Amino acid sequence: MIDHLPALQVVIPLIAAPLSALFRPGRAVWLLAMAACGLSLLIAVLLLDQVLTQRVISYPMGSWPAPWGIEYRIDAANAFMLLIVSGIGTIVMAFARPIVEQRIRLPEYKQPWFYTAYLLCLTGLLGIVITGDAFNVFVFLEISSLSSYALIGLGRDRRALTASYQYLIMGTIGATFILISIGLLYVMTGTLNMMDLAERIPAVADTRTIRAAFAFLTIGVSLKLALFPLHLWLPNAYAYAPSAVTAFLAATATKVAVYVLLRFFFTIFGVDFSFGTMRLDLVLLPLALVGIFSASVVAIFQNNVKRMLAYSSVAQIGYMILGISLVSVTGVTAAISHLFNHALMKGALFMALGCISFRIGTVQLDRIAGVGRAMPWTMGAFVVGGLSLIGVPLTAGFVSKWYLIVGALEKGWWPVAVLVLVTSLLAVIYIWRVVETAYFKPAPEGRVVNEAPLALLIPAWTLALANLYFGLDTSLNAGVARTAAEMLLSVGH
Amino acid sequence: MRQYPIPRLVTKLLLPLILLFALYVQFHGDYGPGGGFQAGVIFGAGFILYALIYGLDEARRILPPWLLRIGVSLGVLIYAGVGVAGLLLGGNYLDYGVLDSHDPVHGQHLGILLVELGVGITVSAVMVTIFYAFAGRGR
Amino acid sequence: MQILGLYNYWIFIVLMMCGFYVVISRGNLVKKLVGLNIFQTSVFILYISMGKITGGTAPITVDQDVVYSNPIPHVLILTAIVVGIATTSLGLALVVRINEAYGTIEEDEIHAQSEEEAL
Repeated sequence: MIDHLPALQVVIPLIAAPLSALFRPGRAVWLLAMAACGLSLLIAVLLLDQVLTQRVISYPMGSWPAPWGIEYRIDAANAFMLLIVSGIGTIVMAFARPIVEQRIRLPEYKQPWFYTAYLLCLTGLLGIVITGDAFNVFVFLEISSLSSYALIGLGRDRRALTASYQYLIMGTIGATFILISIGLLYVMTGTLNMMDLAERIPAVADTRTIRAAFAFLTIGVSLKLALFPLHLWLPNAYAYAPSAVTAFLAATATKVAVYVLLRFFFTIFGVDFSFGTMRLDLVLLPLALVGIFSASVVAIFQNNVKRMLAYSSVAQIGYMILGISLVSVTGVTAAISHLFNHALMKGALFMALGCISFRIGTVQLDRIAGVGRAMPWTMGAFVVGGLSLIGVPLTAGFVSKWYLIVGALEKGWWPVAVLVLVTSLLAVIYIWRVVETAYFKPAPEGRVVNEAPLALLIPAWTLALANLYFGLDTSLNAGVARTAAEMLLSVGH
Repeated sequence: MRQYPIPRLVTKLLLPLILLFALYVQFHGDYGPGGGFQAGVIFGAGFILYALIYGLDEARRILPPWLLRIGVSLGVLIYAGVGVAGLLLGGNYLDYGVLDSHDPVHGQHLGILLVELGVGITVSAVMVTIFYAFAGRGR
Repeated sequence: MQILGLYNYWIFIVLMMCGFYVVISRGNLVKKLVGLNIFQTSVFILYISMGKITGGTAPITVDQDVVYSNPIPHVLILTAIVVGIATTSLGLALVVRINEAYGTIEEDEIHAQSEEEAL
């Protein structure tokens, strides 16, 4: 069975999704979904272990050999991504049950559908990452997007519906752009396999069609990953979605889009074409910097904490894109490492907020006054996540910021390094606003708030502790990220 | 629609033909144009026509929502199940060749037929479910 | 003449831009979805027409050697059509829910209500 792990990685959540639709609401369906997530995490760990010794795993779907059939191809970069997606998927699923039962806009008999949509979203994200076929990326992208639109629309606030609609419009435009790009690549090369595309593109690279394909792809994926200024769908979608959904999507969906960007720019088009001929770095660098700066500033002025962290996500995506636009091993290491670290910190932060809104029903800044004393464990997890978000040493967030600054200094771009430090200070301001309100402002009269239930606290603290652990032991988030970066940068040559 | 005899009669005459044609498209899919998607949509459209003419309640009596719910899941499970069967018989995922131990070509036919059957069931169930969801809203 | 010979791409571009324009310019949520649909459909034409070979027939296996069109783009776009249906129905479902929650499907009215709520 060990040979079939690549297929099982996607198939297990795919089978669990329709099965959970057949269940009655209750514990059993959650256990099924939990088992599916846990198994896919186990598979991801095994695959990463295999890839680190054996470099590349190729799995032909239906035994059709590679350039003709759909190939699942796993190397260090996507094995690492699989670990992030399935890990976060499992932890958030552990968190989801109380949220599903009390905090989403679904009648009780329809609750199993939440798990179906969640598992389909997981299937799609895992599929995007694992596949070696360009068209397959589009198919899985749509599976994950459609289910995430449905999940976002489940928020209790009616604005969740408009947020989901807006995301649907933007997301579909993005996906259609990606589809156009893949079509144009197919016209010029006659293949959809990523490795085959990488071999054939250089011969036809100097044509308007390939350049158009490149442009469509860049815009399409940028819409999906919410690169400034295409991020407008993100703050509302994250702010009004149910907290379990926000934690899952914030930690995985945009990360997977960044991975798609890496895969297409570095493996398929090649470094020379993407950054040598097209000079994409000249576009990405300013957008990333402006994005980091403006989103951090906007975050400071938000009164809804979830929305604040959503803007912070836009800024964090800017850091990843900044790392990519350095086009060096250190820069790309920083980007990939930040994919992992940001998943940990935002997962922890959004889950802590989920605990708060579970108890007091809102995450408006003025309403959470005094929560720090009433819910010490919840706010503890929030503070740890916040420190990691700022990039304090000994937390995971520090590791990627460090690589980012080193990468910028290697290039001699010290203003960029300074800007990274300055924007970290902006993060201090918005995290401090929350901490100050929660700990030092008096709670409203007569409000009795209990600590969140253990079912919510344990997953939140798991991620919070992971932030501390991976700040000390960097073999995974920096070591593997570096292997992946070296692999991505050498393929093009 | 109770007072319009002609649409009711025409529907009654056409409906078996539509469903039969859906089955033809479904099972002829591996030799000619057709397959699960198309057949599922035709099948679903037949039921939607019935629901339009005879009313939603009547259609729900014949094809109740719980059955559709099973259909939606069942189709995907058939699809994935065929793939897993390939795994268990020693091939790769969705390798139809191993489904028949004597003749791989026969296995290929069997595999695609089953997979398309799964697709057909899911698509038709989804189509009717979508129609029910919209038509039943706000009643 | 070369420009006219590529008429399928012209149709694709015109349709794509029409759809895109409708999505951007209309405030009515259903009209936006109609525009999105046209936008997606234009890509179907791009894919389907790229598989066409002059003089080629339908790609059905027959005994004698014949020229036939490339079936792969057709198969690919079948998937995209299904995605399009799913997107449209999900979008319309959201519009129905929005209409129930806000009592309107005009974007500016919804926006005004949300603004009031925020104050």
